[in-house]
Amino acid sequence: MRPFRRGLLATGAVVVLALTACSGGGREETDPDTTTGGGNAPGSSGYTIAFVTHETPGDTFWDKVRAGAEQAAKDEGVTLKYSNDPDAGKQAGLIQSAVDAKVDGIATTLVTPDALTGAVKSATAAGIPVVGLNAGIDQYQKVGALMYFGSDESLAGTSLGKRIAGEGAKHPLCVIHQTGSVALEARCAGVRSAVPGTENLQVNGADDSAVTTTLQAKLAQDKSIDYVVTLGAPIALDAINAKQQASSSAKLVTFDLNQEIAKRIKDGQVEFAIDQQPYVQGYLAVTSLYLYLKNGNDIGGGKAVLTGPSFVDKTNIDKILPFTEKNTR
Amino acid sequence: MRHLARLLARPEVGALAAAFVIFGFFLLVAPSFRSWASFCTVLYQSSTIGIVAVGVGLLMIGGEFDLSAGVITISAGLVNSMFCWYFGVNLWAGALLSLLFCLLVGFLNGWLVTRTGIPSFLITLGTFFVLQGANLGVTKLVTGSVSSRDISAIDGYGSLQRIFASSSTLGSATVWITVLWWVLFVGLAAWTSRRTRIGNWIYAVGGSAASARAVGVPVTRTKIGLFMTVSFLGWFVGMHSLYRFNTLQAGNGVGNEFLYIIAAVVGGTLLTGGFGNALGSAIGAFIFGTTSLGIVYAGWDPNWFKAFLGVMLLLAVLVNTYVKRLATSSAGFSRSVSPEGEPT
Repeated sequence: MRPFRRGLLATGAVVVLALTACSGGGREETDPDTTTGGGNAPGSSGYTIAFVTHETPGDTFWDKVRAGAEQAAKDEGVTLKYSNDPDAGKQAGLIQSAVDAKVDGIATTLVTPDALTGAVKSATAAGIPVVGLNAGIDQYQKVGALMYFGSDESLAGTSLGKRIAGEGAKHPLCVIHQTGSVALEARCAGVRSAVPGTENLQVNGADDSAVTTTLQAKLAQDKSIDYVVTLGAPIALDAINAKQQASSSAKLVTFDLNQEIAKRIKDGQVEFAIDQQPYVQGYLAVTSLYLYLKNGNDIGGGKAVLTGPSFVDKTNIDKILPFTEKNTR
Repeated sequence: MRHLARLLARPEVGALAAAFVIFGFFLLVAPSFRSWASFCTVLYQSSTIGIVAVGVGLLMIGGEFDLSAGVITISAGLVNSMFCWYFGVNLWAGALLSLLFCLLVGFLNGWLVTRTGIPSFLITLGTFFVLQGANLGVTKLVTGSVSSRDISAIDGYGSLQRIFASSSTLGSATVWITVLWWVLFVGLAAWTSRRTRIGNWIYAVGGSAASARAVGVPVTRTKIGLFMTVSFLGWFVGMHSLYRFNTLQAGNGVGNEFLYIIAAVVGGTLLTGGFGNALGSAIGAFIFGTTSLGIVYAGWDPNWFKAFLGVMLLLAVLVNTYVKRLATSSAGFSRSVSPEGEPT
């Protein structure tokens, strides 16, 4: 970073002279221990675990799954090989290459179970244990995975729906920010099962302005919308902007949590967030393989282990806020 | 007849007609579309696409593409945000650094294209991937997450926000400052391409780089300048996103490069270069904004938006081709096309 700063001073010295003085609101330089998981801890167990997800690069959610996996790897002395591809075929290829590399265990998301069955079967045929996480709760056993850690999307949707129905919701708007995602559709379907008046809205999640204006237009078009349900934390932040613009009094609830949303819950702009605890999904997936390899353990009693839905609202935000700042919730 | 043909030969005429039809259509079918507030929202949406689309349109007239134009908006915001957050310095310093960074990327794009002769489609595809990866990688390194941190408490936020992301209430509606900037940039681009020597150069290098060079047009400088214009405008929109939303998702911006190109093409810019104008790109962006929000105001299923957009793009290209053939085949006109795209 030093040459960066020198370069800046050289080019913009005159203009910036008065500006470079230290300013508040930036990084707090009190926390020097940066987490860089993944390597072998001193007491290494010697296992190598491949961790394959369908992460689209740039989603804060996967950050936490990965942080959990890396922390587990560090705690247990496991070498973690993380790879990801949102394309089902390529994800299958990543699993296959982990099999070829003869890793000790594979943790993978099963968002497209049919496309991944072949690769998972070849892993189990080679004697490599596989656990599922995040997506694929109904199919993980059929595919051949031993255990599963994640939330049930429709259950999460239903729980959210029941809660807002209890608060009097009649016409919620469920905002889908990714086209054709089974998991997101399942969440909205879950909400609808509890509140029949639920309406879905498709937005372009890759562009904050587009999300904001689309939501703003929808809120202006239909004044009867009383709840906005967003399916990802960044989208909820856009929804706050849109609500202000459309001067809508709809209440905002969201799936998933991040630091900004935690602050908004605290100041009341977001009613509550439903957290599926991605950090736990990553941590448990690695840990379960570690225990299976080391001790033959089986977690969940033959059933999926649910990491959510966990409600985050005004009553528990004070406890959770510090964890979001550390990127572990 | 002569006047009509002359009018029809202007690049933006097809788009203007389409804009009226589409706007009128949504006025008819969507009651909540018929308000000053809705119109301002449409303008805002159009401006966030339109600002960069003006530059991309000029670049396409100059015969080149820039696929990195969408991602660079996020890079610009991230450079500013993370530099200031990490070092705790005034946001103005980061904004200037980010501007230099973007101009450098534009320069590199242009320099590589002109120096190597490799199609800009490939060069900027490379830049696109580099920026996309760097956005994620660097953000993760600096902030430990894939989104930038909230910068609204750092010095300089207020003044920068006033410049890039302020809004004022006009009647019942909110008018965003980006709309004014958009109008300004379109005006500037239109004036440059119509009234200045640089404008002539742009049409000349896009028509035929070899013959332009033969008559003394500085082809390399013109093209590099165009690439830098695009990345400057990308920086501008990046600043808007940053100061409007305070945090940025490092993976965003992907796909917007095509929206800019679509806006330019719908506005009558030829993919082969040498033909088009700034007003056309602006109308193209307006059509995009109208359609994307009109569907929502009408209460339709926005899942269909992309399909609608595709049909519109095809129609626009068909209309443009037809109109151009009509104009060039009219008797009494020479086939050469002047800088503004008018037959001389």
